[in-house]
Amino acid sequence: MRTLRLIWVGWKFHVKSLTLSGFFIVTSVIQPIIFASLAYLLFRIGAREGTLLYVALGAGMMGIWSSTLFGSGGAIQWQRWQGTLEYCIAVPPPLLLVIVPLTLATATIGLYSLTATLVWGRLFFDVPLDVAHPVAFVVALPVTVVGLGLLGLILASTFVLYRNANALSNLLEYPVWLVTGLLVSLSLLPGWVGPISWALAPTWGVNALREAAIAGNPWPEIGMCLALGAVYLVIGHFALQHFERLAREQATLSLT
Amino acid sequence: MTNARVFFVGGYLSYRALFNWMHWSYYIPTMLGAPVFQVLFFAYMGRFAEVENDEFFVVGNAVQLSAMAGIYGMAMTVGGERWTQTLSQLMATPANRLPLFLGRALPLIANGIITSAFAFTVGWLLLDVEIAASQIPALAVVVAASAFACTSLGLVVGAIGLRVRDVFFLANLVVYALVLFCGVNIPLESLPNWMETVSRGLPLTHGIEAARAIADGASLAEVDHLVWTELGIGACYAAAAFGLFKLFEFEGRRRASFESI
Repeated sequence: MRTLRLIWVGWKFHVKSLTLSGFFIVTSVIQPIIFASLAYLLFRIGAREGTLLYVALGAGMMGIWSSTLFGSGGAIQWQRWQGTLEYCIAVPPPLLLVIVPLTLATATIGLYSLTATLVWGRLFFDVPLDVAHPVAFVVALPVTVVGLGLLGLILASTFVLYRNANALSNLLEYPVWLVTGLLVSLSLLPGWVGPISWALAPTWGVNALREAAIAGNPWPEIGMCLALGAVYLVIGHFALQHFERLAREQATLSLT
Repeated sequence: MTNARVFFVGGYLSYRALFNWMHWSYYIPTMLGAPVFQVLFFAYMGRFAEVENDEFFVVGNAVQLSAMAGIYGMAMTVGGERWTQTLSQLMATPANRLPLFLGRALPLIANGIITSAFAFTVGWLLLDVEIAASQIPALAVVVAASAFACTSLGLVVGAIGLRVRDVFFLANLVVYALVLFCGVNIPLESLPNWMETVSRGLPLTHGIEAARAIADGASLAEVDHLVWTELGIGACYAAAAFGLFKLFEFEGRRRASFESI
């Protein structure tokens, strides 16, 4: 119970805090709207038959990935710059329970993206917002956010070992958009991309949302998203332990 | 002589002071790695939507990437001074503001050209987009003109950085707006009329148009009106930036806002 309360309070605090950040507003609202507009215009003039809702969901998911990538990738470094990392580690609860709410919050902020791209699409591009399986859609959304948030835990605990975590975030934005099939069908990409995409939660998350919205069976994708989240949690736990041990040994907690 | 020193030495030192950029572990992923994937992402998106061909996306994005260093770099040179609390000292110097800030822009133009050239190379290696060797000098001129125009827009962003606290917000916004409006990934004629009108006043639009014509075999003489327009737009933004630097320097002194973070 105390664990759940800690996660809840931490998540709420970080969602509020990130909402006040201009950078995150650009990343999670304006950038997805711009990419969604690009995609709507491209698919309008293109020869491919298809639904704009497919594009809208992909563009929204791009924003969820961006906010997770930049938010979680720099999560520990931020705490370090703000001088709060020592406190995060010194408090009685394990570091994992302090960082997970933050990474979940960065993925949650991405929901602004999905909302923004859907509303934008509806208002200016006549994107139909008819969801075939509303219940499945409502389930798929938080599951996707949790999947990405836990992937964010791995980013948070590994990027911190790299001096320029921000550069790594810059590098990984487009490739993940590409290999998870957010706006490009995976069938167009080389075969070796497939296994990479299967290991990434955004692939299953966006498929779950699309299956739920455009008619299909989203439950296998929802299950895969949850299973991957559990794997990320285990990996993130060990990576975080490794970081904490190194930081204590080398006395680098307050190193800015 | 002093102005030349401020321009060259000051510009060089300022570029070196972008410590992050100077380190290979930051420069390669950000300035070379990300552009590779940007080119691939849009080329594949074009294939999926069945719009244009790979060359269209490679040329558009490669020229657009010349904007990245100019806009983010200028935002960082002013925003960075504010962050490190050295903006007041900079503003207290008697140095002429024109060479002071133009000197900072010069290395970024060169950086933009390098990034763009790398993106063209990636397009050739990974997407088989071939541009005749005889067209490369003309293409280089167009990219240089676009890099200049975008860095001038970056100067405007930097100038606004004297007034606002979070200039990076604005820099991101400007870069994304260029991607959307300037025909980087969407043919200009397919944009709504008002967007096309706006795009005509932005850097990149004419540069990309000229670069696409050259990639299709046109000579520099055939597109010189586009290149001159691009340079003219760049000059207008540079002039506007100079005026804004003056204005916001005055405002910053009056409001004592150079040190606010």
